[in-house]
Amino acid sequence: MEILLPVLTGILFSVSIYFILHRHLFKLILGLILFGLATNLFLFVVGGMKRGGIAIIAQGNEVPVEPYSDPVPQALLLTAIVIGFGIQAFAIVLIRRVYQTFRSNNMDNLNNNEKI
Amino acid sequence: MSANYLLITPLMLPLLGAITCVFLWRHVNLQTIVVACVQLIFIGITGLMLRQVLTEGIQVTHIGGWPAPYGIALVADILTALLLLTTSIAGLAVFMFSHIALDKSRKRFGYFPLFLLLQMGVSGVCLTGDIFNLYVWFEVLLICCFALIALGSKKSQLEGALKYVTINFIASGLLLTGIGVMYALYGALNMAELAQIVRSSHANVKLLALPGVFFLTGFGIKAAIFPLFFWLPASYHAPPIGISAFIAGIISKIGIYTLLRLYSLIFSVEINSAQPLLLILSGLTMAIGVIGAAAQMDFRKILSFHIISQIGYMLMGLAIYTPLAIAGSIFFVIHNMLVKTNLFLVSGVVAHRYRSFSLVRLGGVYLMHPTLSFLFLISALSLAGLPPLSGFWGKLMLAKGGLEAGNYILVGTSLGVSLITLLSMTKIWNEVFWKPRPKRIKNSVRETMSAYTLYFPVFFLLAFILVLGFFAQPVIELSQRSADQLLHSETYIKAVLYD
Repeated sequence: MEILLPVLTGILFSVSIYFILHRHLFKLILGLILFGLATNLFLFVVGGMKRGGIAIIAQGNEVPVEPYSDPVPQALLLTAIVIGFGIQAFAIVLIRRVYQTFRSNNMDNLNNNEKI
Repeated sequence: MSANYLLITPLMLPLLGAITCVFLWRHVNLQTIVVACVQLIFIGITGLMLRQVLTEGIQVTHIGGWPAPYGIALVADILTALLLLTTSIAGLAVFMFSHIALDKSRKRFGYFPLFLLLQMGVSGVCLTGDIFNLYVWFEVLLICCFALIALGSKKSQLEGALKYVTINFIASGLLLTGIGVMYALYGALNMAELAQIVRSSHANVKLLALPGVFFLTGFGIKAAIFPLFFWLPASYHAPPIGISAFIAGIISKIGIYTLLRLYSLIFSVEINSAQPLLLILSGLTMAIGVIGAAAQMDFRKILSFHIISQIGYMLMGLAIYTPLAIAGSIFFVIHNMLVKTNLFLVSGVVAHRYRSFSLVRLGGVYLMHPTLSFLFLISALSLAGLPPLSGFWGKLMLAKGGLEAGNYILVGTSLGVSLITLLSMTKIWNEVFWKPRPKRIKNSVRETMSAYTLYFPVFFLLAFILVLGFFAQPVIELSQRSADQLLHSETYIKAVLYD
């Protein structure tokens, strides 16, 4: 797992960037979601993965029993998932609205702002 | 270690105001009263905060009573207090403007709560002393920006919002990645603790450049540094002025604030390796921004491109990294927040009257509204940096700092860019105010009472700009004290971790 996950993170990052750069609106949604997943997975992997105990210190002890996994990256991850979820939800609604207004799936049709 | 409630109020006050506004969803007039009260109290509180920080040093509050490296700390130093005060002044002006000029339907669909939450996000970013919390506040700020830019769902707005959301989502992802790397390397998230670790003989100190790259890219996108700025002129001009003035005036400078904070506190130990990169980036940012502006024929787009160019000046102080240059950066940020907001407001007043932002369709404003023209002229000259207006002092400090440090090329670039800035301000002046009104434009000029009340927020901000120009000495001294505080990070570390 420890070798597989970094590779998977890399693949997720590259796929998501490819999708974001694509001009189809639905692929933009996919790209944003995958990018969020990739960052979350990165955060998880880089925080260090250990099998074993939890970081709760037993009564009478000063330090938790080794090996234990660090709870902070997991807490960060949970927060990041929630935030990412909110933003992705907003992005999906926005993209739907864009589609309704422009009647087009193609990002290349969205460059009216440049023509003044 | 008593809690300092003054540091929590800039977060609580807008939040409570926003919640009240949501309860008063259908009563826009009551919402207006709530927001007006919040803005006035906000200015008072940030003023008090500045006074307290100046007399008693760095203020720290540990949220929930958890001591520093474990809990989240709110920290206010002079830079924080100065920026919050400036933000609140600009906020009041933008509120007055949008109260008059913003259309009913946008107000009815939650403009005021979003505006307050945006201010809360700004306060959070400025106050927090924890690097993950910084990310969270940035997201609070961004989601409000997203919603505000898209509010109203006009075609141009949706288009701008889509670009803004996508690029900022990626920037936030990079930021989060950087935070993950930072935690993996040093096992800390508190900025003061991180600062202490990177100054110690920790095994991973040599790897500091790794999270540094992520932070520079992430905040570089948010602050619109070359070559990551393309989203800014594509989205900032889209929403109505009541929204874009605040976003353009304040939000992009918040990215610079975080860069100043993180580079002085954490990445300062490897500033020598980052310096050449920052110098090149700042030079290119100002040059490309101003050249981009020269090609535009829309009032707001010219101003948007100038934001990029001025971000370059702010980065220049950080890149030179001497006390004088950083003080110049801080002064320039304060000056630019006020002036840029004011210029956007002036463009809003013109558009309210003449129903257009296009330089081709506008004209003859000087003949019909000389007061408005002078309001624009003073702000524009201040932006270009003509003495004795406020922009001059900021640029003087930056140029002097650069010359003392021997960065002649960058100083030369910055002075050349000032000249081109003046040129494109003159272009707006010529096209909008000076040239005769185009004959084929038939639509009437709006001469209502409300058009005259719109001058009020512009006058209000202009008063501060003039004070900043004519009585620059106290503010320059404050910036210098603030730069000293930034460069002597041991006081920050001591205040957060040991007091």
